[in-house]
Amino acid sequence: MHGFKQKAVILDTEGIRRALTRIAHEIIERNRGIDKLALIGIRSRGVPLAARLAGKILQIEGKEVPVGTLDITLYRDDLSTLSTQPLVRKTEVPFPVEGKTIVLVDDVMYTGRTIRAALDAVIDLGRPKLIQLAVLVDRGHRELPIRADYVGKNVPTSKKEDVAVLLEEIDGEEKVIITEEDKHY
Amino acid sequence: MPLLRKDLLGLEGAGADEINLVLDTAASMKEVLGRKIKKVPALRGKTVVNLFYEPSTRTRTSFELSAKYLSADSVNIAASTSSTVKGESLKDTAATLTALGADLVVLRHPMAGAPHMLAGHIKAAVINAGDGAHEHPTQSLLDMYTVREKKGGIKGLEVAIVGDVLHSRVARSNIWGFTAMGARVRLCGPTTMMPAEIEKTGAHVYSRMEEALDGADVVIMLRIQLERQQQGLFPGIREYAGLFGLNEKRLKLAAPKALVMHPGPINRGVEIAHEVADGIQSVINEQVTNGVAVRMALLYLLMGGGPGEVAN
Repeated sequence: MHGFKQKAVILDTEGIRRALTRIAHEIIERNRGIDKLALIGIRSRGVPLAARLAGKILQIEGKEVPVGTLDITLYRDDLSTLSTQPLVRKTEVPFPVEGKTIVLVDDVMYTGRTIRAALDAVIDLGRPKLIQLAVLVDRGHRELPIRADYVGKNVPTSKKEDVAVLLEEIDGEEKVIITEEDKHY
Repeated sequence: MPLLRKDLLGLEGAGADEINLVLDTAASMKEVLGRKIKKVPALRGKTVVNLFYEPSTRTRTSFELSAKYLSADSVNIAASTSSTVKGESLKDTAATLTALGADLVVLRHPMAGAPHMLAGHIKAAVINAGDGAHEHPTQSLLDMYTVREKKGGIKGLEVAIVGDVLHSRVARSNIWGFTAMGARVRLCGPTTMMPAEIEKTGAHVYSRMEEALDGADVVIMLRIQLERQQQGLFPGIREYAGLFGLNEKRLKLAAPKALVMHPGPINRGVEIAHEVADGIQSVINEQVTNGVAVRMALLYLLMGGGPGEVAN
């Protein structure tokens, strides 16, 4: 992370595990079971988080829920202003979303623009019965009227700070940290 | 990694990294094509001009659909062949297109190098959709996409290209493309249809079709351009089919599960037998679908980004 220094650890391995366990229970409770439930992880770090939640739901309920992967690049609202094209990766939702309860999963919720794009992307695949949102960290500063249904941890941040979620599957280590621009860099 | 070029004029000099970026992006686009609602908002507000100085149905339609699936607006201009001979008029066309606000121009032109000239006179990105007998890069990219998808990779494959290599822009782009991706390209056709010194591209020339097919993983049949055959480059259609046509017996010489490809439109019974064109090894129809995915990838990669910020 060039020019950023670690300021504080918000969640460690245990903290992440407990937050996800709680979210899994909340999802089951809120939806009165897992009938017609499906999880969709938003690339990149929503994907392993969705897989982990599905694993926990399997442990609790003894049944598998379908898991998909969403790439929101083609739905971004800033494509025409970026200087270079972001990489488009594959959306893989191997089940019909029609009539399902979809839980979108992402690592950090910030402006809400990613979620706006994800909502459009999911609805382009069909008409779910309802869509819910689970995030590991909500750092505030919303720019759109969007809120999460399940939150691992609410973390008040300043806009100068950044929240980095590091996951074993992608980063080889497991923690959530706040970083700040390093003035001495 | 962004695609660091303003235009796609040809595959000569293209690297494996760049080609893989296009093919990876195309794989993502193919998922969109599999949906009930084939439309994503990525290129809203962008304008694509299809400027065709030669008749074309499949390439033009493919580009048109690609633009529409990405929510770009597209217009077709079918220019009359008579105004193409002078470079001047193309320059004027470029000025008009700029004034119209085109973000990307897809150009098909009977003269080799026309897209290069246009690209030099216009801010919009230019995609070569076939220039004379020079290059047809999007066809080659969709061929490579199809091979990569079916075979899992391109490196180390033996790719045989059979037919009228001399007049084929598809062959030229495929030589550059497949070679850059680490395949070995074999060329075969009547000596009157084999360009001089074509080996300098790294391709290998075979005069007998049986040798060219022996153990090949991919067989790309080129269309015999019957409309250009007044020159008498071969004695007759039946003789051509006998020597260079792909039939079931010849296909058995290729590797088991070798792919049969053709850029279309096909002359059944001439360069390819009926039962081979419709056989289980044929991926001719998949090529057409993949063509849309590859062109969507290119439109996305070349048209994104803020104005003037894309490196040339």
